[in-house]
Amino acid sequence: MALFEAKNVTKQYGDQLALDNVSISVPEQCIYGLLGPNGAGKTTLIRIINQITGPDTGELFLNGRKLKPEDVQAIGYLPEERGLYKKMKVGEQALYLAQLKGLSKSEAMKRLRYWFKKLEIIDWWGKKVEELSKGMQQKVQFITTVLHEPRLIIFDEPFTGFDPVNANIIKNEILFLRDRGATIIFSTHNMESVEELCDNITLIDKSKTILEGSVDEIRNRWAANEYDLVFEGDVNITGNGQYKIVKQEKDNNKSLIRLKTEGDVSNNDILQTVMKSGKIISFNPALPSMNEIFIRVVEARN
Amino acid sequence: MNKISVIIKREYITRVRKKSFIIMTILAPLLMAAIIILPTVLMMNQSGQFKKIAVIEDKSDLFKGVIKNTKDVEFVYLDNVKLDDLKKTFDKAGYYGILYISPEIINTPNAVQLISRQQPPIGLLQYIQNSLKNEIERQKLQAYNINDLNEIMKNIRTNVSIQTIKIDSSGQVKKTSTGISMALAYILGFLMYMLVFIFGAQVMRGVIEEKTSRVVEVIISSVRPVQLMMGKIIGIAMVGLTQFFIWVILTFGIVTVLKTTVMQKTNLTEITQSVPQNLMAPAAADSVTTAVQTSEVSPKFAEFSQMFDSAMNQPWGLIIISFIFYFATGYLLYASVFAAIGSAVDNETETQQFMLPVTIPIILALMVAMGTMQNPESSLSFWCSLIPLTSPIVMMARLPFGVPYWQLALSMVLMIATFSFFVWMAAKVYRTGILMYGKKTSWKEMWKWLRYSG
Repeated sequence: MALFEAKNVTKQYGDQLALDNVSISVPEQCIYGLLGPNGAGKTTLIRIINQITGPDTGELFLNGRKLKPEDVQAIGYLPEERGLYKKMKVGEQALYLAQLKGLSKSEAMKRLRYWFKKLEIIDWWGKKVEELSKGMQQKVQFITTVLHEPRLIIFDEPFTGFDPVNANIIKNEILFLRDRGATIIFSTHNMESVEELCDNITLIDKSKTILEGSVDEIRNRWAANEYDLVFEGDVNITGNGQYKIVKQEKDNNKSLIRLKTEGDVSNNDILQTVMKSGKIISFNPALPSMNEIFIRVVEARN
Repeated sequence: MNKISVIIKREYITRVRKKSFIIMTILAPLLMAAIIILPTVLMMNQSGQFKKIAVIEDKSDLFKGVIKNTKDVEFVYLDNVKLDDLKKTFDKAGYYGILYISPEIINTPNAVQLISRQQPPIGLLQYIQNSLKNEIERQKLQAYNINDLNEIMKNIRTNVSIQTIKIDSSGQVKKTSTGISMALAYILGFLMYMLVFIFGAQVMRGVIEEKTSRVVEVIISSVRPVQLMMGKIIGIAMVGLTQFFIWVILTFGIVTVLKTTVMQKTNLTEITQSVPQNLMAPAAADSVTTAVQTSEVSPKFAEFSQMFDSAMNQPWGLIIISFIFYFATGYLLYASVFAAIGSAVDNETETQQFMLPVTIPIILALMVAMGTMQNPESSLSFWCSLIPLTSPIVMMARLPFGVPYWQLALSMVLMIATFSFFVWMAAKVYRTGILMYGKKTSWKEMWKWLRYSG
């Protein structure tokens, strides 16, 4: 069942169309990727979900009911352009943002302690924000985004500003939140993390939805009947009626070969032909990366 | 509603805890007190030194013993001493100066000279002038050979002060004082101007801070933009009122303490005589004068008590209620415009082009308010006290002089309508503006934002 749905949302700023009849449906407990080039309308859609702005036409549903102003308490939002009051102390600031999300002071304190300890920034509680490193500030912002235990969390480029170690910590926290029941909308330009994290995606370009579905399904759909083979030793394969060779490489006593089949050929048929050439280490259908798909889809429209 | 109070609390506490706030709050009353007290102290120090003055009268002794010695100055009459000789030696002989009176004094006012090494204090000069003038007048009168002259002089010595009385339509009589009304008009008008302008500009800076630090998007995903805007405006208003009340209390406190400790050391009469009244702030002048005059000159006291009556007779209830009303609405009107401007720019230097149209009505209002003190019935004052952009300042300046109720009511109705409209418009601009970055905003652009939906 969909936790969040947007139906036929259109939004216009002056004579500029920001969203044109966009619909998304975010299943419960899924990580939903919201992709698109710069200026495509992602931020507008996210702001509409957060009720920062309203749509011109279209409807929004949370948990099957129409989205209400009070629902901001059930949503957590980490914007791409984020910041904190520089002169304010870290703890006070986190407390303030938590209270704005409707938490009582005592409850907010309790949860903040838990999270500050978990992310190892408790020592920074009394420091001013401007004394913190960027990564540290990001951690504070991550905490304030999830502190009120929202059912729907929107992360816009959550990993920028983190070193790989901390990025991994945050990634695991996101998965942990998902496992505990949260639904996550994840907007990023980093396609590797989309493959790694997202279950479903929507790709918006020039205010329109141009691609949507589950990541696996999309990658399979865009797969161009290609297969990756790895042989032991030096192996040479030539194309035949069933397939042709896209590329052959040698690497450390291994041969990496990509085939492209022509027409409907089963995996068994391919394997039967190629196993005569040498000792097979692995055989995989070659799925295009999300990065390739992104570029191909967007460029095809230009 | 609860969220607004969280915002107000943050806006208030972060500002009140700032070092600059604490320093300003303490320093300003000290400066104010210094402005009030300093002239007095300066005068006092000058007269505090004991002086001996040699008096030489050329070819007569008409003024012998006329100038009475005071606590600080002794006048020594020297006979048979040549002025030119004494001029060289008087300071060695322990004299502060020489008072030379030539025989032409009755006819030529310039016939008196005070010769000294230093510039003599103005109080001393006035004292000598008055003494001589009185004596010359007395002697001239005496030349008419009137019997019982001294008795007559005592009888004709009169003090006149005009008592102004306002009668309202029901025939109720109120003693008033134009001086008090003017002072009150000035204070009220200026106070309104300060509060609206200074704290309105603080609202603008607060909005710019939130925008440039990019914290604003997180906040408006929790509260509605208009809540954030109003929370900020109200929080800063409370900061302003806090500072204002501390200033008033501290200034009065410091002035009172200094007055009682420093001034008691010396003869109060001389201080007040030597201090030109207009140099002193009204509050200090009034109380010092009373302290002195009660024991001495009853007409002065009567005047003061009349001023006191008049101050008490001001329609305080009406003034206070109106002040609260005009402060609330006037501040909200301007602060919301300032908030809208702050939201439309990326940094403070960009605010210039928008500030001018906002500043002009405020400055105009202040100027009209100053004019109102001179001429409360002018048609300019009348219209400006109705027009909502100027009415908070001008109407407050008019109130102490009496304003017909229908005018006050009309002004308030116009004010409510206008401020609601401005807050509504400002909220629309603000909502769009805080999320706009990098584009240089124009008035045309802001006009477009007004028409964006939700």
